[in-house]
Amino acid sequence: MDFGFIFSSAAGELFSPTTAAYALATLGLAVHFGYAGLLNFGQAGFMAVGAYGFAISTLTFGVPFFVGLLIAVVCSAIFALLLGIPTLRLRADYLAIVTIAAAEIVRYIVTTNQLTAITGSANGLAAFEGDFYAMNPFPPGSYMGMNNRDFFIRIVAWAVVALFCTLVWLLMRSPWGRVLKGIREDENAVRSLGKNVYAYKMQALIIGGVLGALAGMIFTLPRGAVQPANYGTELTFFLYTCLLLGGLGTVLGPVVGAMIFWVVLSLTQGILYGLIESGAITWLNTVQAGQLRYILVGVALMLLMIFRPQGVLGNKKELAFA
Amino acid sequence: MRSTPRGLSQRRRGRLLKVVGAVFAAVAALLLIVAPASQATSPSPTPSPSATTFQNSISGFLRGDDRAPIADVTITAKKDDFTGTATSSANGSWTIGVPTQGTYVVELDESTLPEGIKLAEGQENPREVTFSQTSNLSVIFAFGEGIVVQQQDFGQNLINRLVAGLSFGLLLALASVGLSLIFGTTGLTNFAHGEMVTLGAVLVFAFNAMNLPFWLAIVLALLGGGLFGYVQDAGLWKPLRRRGTGLVPMMIVSIGLALAVRYVIQFFFGGATQQLPYAQSSEIQLGPISISPNNLWSLVISAVVIAILGIVLLKTRLGKATRAVADNPALAAASGIDVDSVIRIVWVTGGMLAALGGILWAYYRPGVTFDMGSQILLLIFAGVTLGGLGTVWGALIGSIIVGIFVELTTVFGLAADLKYVGALFIMIIVLLIRPQGILGRRERVG
Amino acid sequence: MSTQSEEPRTSEEVNYMTDTRPIAAGEIAPGCKKRDPIVVAENVTRSFGGINAVDVEYLEIPRHKITALIGPNGAGKTTLFNLLTGFDTPNSGKWQFEGNSLAGVSSYKVARMGMVRTFQLTKVMGKLTVMENMRLGASHQSGERLSKALFKGIWGGQEKKITEEANVLLAKFKLDAKKDDYAASLSGGQRKLLEMARSLMVQPKLVMLDEPMAGVNPALTQSLLDHIKNLKAEGMTVLFVEHDMHMVRHIADWVVVMAEGKIVAEGPPAEVMKNPAVIDAYLGAHHDVDLGDSEGIKELAAELVADKESIVGTENAGIISLDVVAAETDEPKGPGSDSPVRGRRSAEEPNRGEQPPSTAKDTE
Ligand SMILES: Nc1ncnc2c1ncn2[C@@H]1O[C@H](COP(=O)(O)OP(=O)(O)OP(=O)(O)O)[C@@H](O)[C@H]1O
Ligand SMILES: [Mg+2]
Repeated sequence: MDFGFIFSSAAGELFSPTTAAYALATLGLAVHFGYAGLLNFGQAGFMAVGAYGFAISTLTFGVPFFVGLLIAVVCSAIFALLLGIPTLRLRADYLAIVTIAAAEIVRYIVTTNQLTAITGSANGLAAFEGDFYAMNPFPPGSYMGMNNRDFFIRIVAWAVVALFCTLVWLLMRSPWGRVLKGIREDENAVRSLGKNVYAYKMQALIIGGVLGALAGMIFTLPRGAVQPANYGTELTFFLYTCLLLGGLGTVLGPVVGAMIFWVVLSLTQGILYGLIESGAITWLNTVQAGQLRYILVGVALMLLMIFRPQGVLGNKKELAFA
Repeated sequence: MRSTPRGLSQRRRGRLLKVVGAVFAAVAALLLIVAPASQATSPSPTPSPSATTFQNSISGFLRGDDRAPIADVTITAKKDDFTGTATSSANGSWTIGVPTQGTYVVELDESTLPEGIKLAEGQENPREVTFSQTSNLSVIFAFGEGIVVQQQDFGQNLINRLVAGLSFGLLLALASVGLSLIFGTTGLTNFAHGEMVTLGAVLVFAFNAMNLPFWLAIVLALLGGGLFGYVQDAGLWKPLRRRGTGLVPMMIVSIGLALAVRYVIQFFFGGATQQLPYAQSSEIQLGPISISPNNLWSLVISAVVIAILGIVLLKTRLGKATRAVADNPALAAASGIDVDSVIRIVWVTGGMLAALGGILWAYYRPGVTFDMGSQILLLIFAGVTLGGLGTVWGALIGSIIVGIFVELTTVFGLAADLKYVGALFIMIIVLLIRPQGILGRRERVG
Repeated sequence: MSTQSEEPRTSEEVNYMTDTRPIAAGEIAPGCKKRDPIVVAENVTRSFGGINAVDVEYLEIPRHKITALIGPNGAGKTTLFNLLTGFDTPNSGKWQFEGNSLAGVSSYKVARMGMVRTFQLTKVMGKLTVMENMRLGASHQSGERLSKALFKGIWGGQEKKITEEANVLLAKFKLDAKKDDYAASLSGGQRKLLEMARSLMVQPKLVMLDEPMAGVNPALTQSLLDHIKNLKAEGMTVLFVEHDMHMVRHIADWVVVMAEGKIVAEGPPAEVMKNPAVIDAYLGAHHDVDLGDSEGIKELAAELVADKESIVGTENAGIISLDVVAAETDEPKGPGSDSPVRGRRSAEEPNRGEQPPSTAKDTE
């Protein structure tokens, strides 16, 4: 077994654009669930809206990159509004079910054959990233072992993550953030103090949703393709695992959580494949080893929630629920 | 609970860890028994080898107007640059494995038809077919001298879909009543309920593959469902309740459980669609309604089971105790009801109902897959939420509405692959108007 | 404010602590008009399933006074609070605060208009510190707007002022030592105090306290009562629900009694306690006992302690708790309070001693 390779590819996951996308989407969830107490189980839907919003506006309408970006953000804000209007008055568990349903509706709509011309249905869309890479200031060459494209997307992705971590941090230390945390604890109490709880929840939903949409874009850009199968409910649950790994009510928790998530997945995967190839494990084939990761995530989610709900960074006393 | 001394909480933690481990061991063991069998044998009528290499398949039965199977007919499916071919077997079945879902052009090679058999008039060939949510798509070719396939008129279609919807709704209700009872008595929104549904169908498939008689396979699968419910409660939820874990954390734990169990099932069962015995049946005519016998059975079985459940809930001591616990657990405990045992019974019942729902769902689609339960989980939720979380009759009514609505959407021109969208949409609309659901109660503030 | 306009005075001149002008505008009766009402409710009803939790024909709450809302458990007091503050919607009725109709106004707007309530089941933000809880109450922090939240320069100064205000209140409520602890770590009584202090941070015109003293230790109660009394001096109006009659007597200027959703009596505390309707409401089946004299109550208490359904000897004993009676008999105050004719007979029946087990199943 080549441990050098296994570790280096695990370390590569640390700063991969996918990890950045997960970190950003999880940061959105942290705003929703960690700070505002909104049980959004439809973050995958927000990511899909971002990715498709960008891809469709680029491919179908031929708009330049930044216009596409703007359209994606606006679409996700509208999606948040549409979702928020019926659900934000509901109890947490209803909200969870409605958001997960809304995310699935989005996925069904981009999968349907009726809209193949626009969404590419099950095959998805591709070749919309040209404008983005055209902005690459790095000439071709090797940058820390990466080509200029990989390097550029990493720089951009993590810069975006850093920017939004700072913004969220600034927001959460402000009186606005205090009201949000108050709502998480007891919205009726906050209401009795004269705060428009509904408006705050809506603002939080939109902010977290926009973060999700940007994450969806970061997720698709390096792949150069967007496919509906990537945006199923499992994605949301992975994000929750990241969130719980890192710590709920923290700004860096989502980043750390996403990193741990991908490194651990990559390590287990690498080691399992290694063992299978070297013949040490015979009761598994590589396909099953791939499935094992989902089992692992599921178990990790349960154990985390039960035994260390505050995550790696979180403060147990400050946890959203006891 | 948080304030318990450290040592104690650690000991507790240890116990809980053991228990959680035990749940997985149990699930894994259960599935280990199943696994070799499922991988060794191929299920009764269908898949030809090509079906197992792809996750999706297009299949059907070729039968003459005298119901005799028609063998050795070549059928091709085309999409973009993919072409798959199959030849119908001795019992008339054919299956073409396809790489992705989507729209295919299916053509029956009429030159390979036996002497004297022709496609019925009006049968389009080649024709375009489109996958809806399932990974198996059945295509029916009708044969016969002079048979004219009627273009179903709207009313006819409506009635047929209504009945099919009722059948679907009732099978959903089996699962959602269990979910609702569990919610009512424990407050848990159980995202792993879909896996309880899957388990029923998978177990029937596995036991059948072990060459057990069909009825025994069903009985064992139901028992397996009940056992899964029991193990879940005893091993996971009860200790969590004891710890005073909040409802939202428990919900997230149930998501973890759902993921883990779903992929444990896939691990052993594989990603392909399998068929249960007697899965293929052609429609029969009952007065103005044409319905497949399987759907009819499904309708009757679920209606009877729900009726029995209703009687138990309304008339027996156990039922009253259950309703009392659902109403106010603390009060019920104070008035001498053994809340834990009521909850245990609810879990076992919920598990069995879900398993039964899963078996019927496997016939309704038709097909067994590792994620069949999670595919309808949202519809189950929609039914439960529509009716109001925690109310049994609400769950029943909500599920029937969802079932009928799903079936009717195609009548009113919505594409088949969007039919779940309508139901989910309706749920959101209803919640907009009546946030507590149709039969739910509003909570008290302050 | 419009209701005030007929008053031949300017409000600055009045010392509300010693203001002895009559509270009612006319005769004192359930649902009577007040000289200067701050809240007016008309035909407010709310039913749950079959039962009418609240069925208030007419109610006015006097401004600049401390009004107690009492009644047996399940009388509908909390529900009435919920209805008035927009946390629940009545089946019918209209009500207004300072002349503005509140029907259909959402709860946060009600609070902004100056009508702030606390909850019977205390609501503190457990995972915020005591100080953050207090700051959350402040109503004039512009940093609570998303558009300004990012810039500390805008809200930093206000935050300092708010913190000072909070410190003053916390000291009054004996919570200053706890200000950096998470509210979840407070005891039940401290949470009640925090909730009350937090509601004052809003600087309300009317504070509505739902059982503020439940679980607060008696030593602290006394000083808190004084704080509540002092709220009047700051121009606030107080409406509170309380089962502790001692407290009601001590600070209330006016008492409203609810039973089974209806207002059954109101008036100054001393009068109300004697009202037969009140005794009926509290005692139900035992209405025929003579509550006018403390001997009678003691006998009754002895009888009731054995009775499982009785509230005597529990926290909820209310007006028939022994210390209330004792206090009353020990220190007669005000004209008539030492009169031998008290209790229900003061209303209709002049002859004491052989009262027939009268009419009164009608309240049930
Ligand atoms: N959300 C609700 N659903 C059903 N019934 C309710 C609800 N809220 C209140 N009730 C009922 O309305 C009646 C009045 O309740 P309420 O809480 O107003 O009483 P209360 O006067 O505050 O009593 P206490 O002194 O015990 O606090 C009770 O019978 C109660 O059961
Ligand atoms: Mg109350």
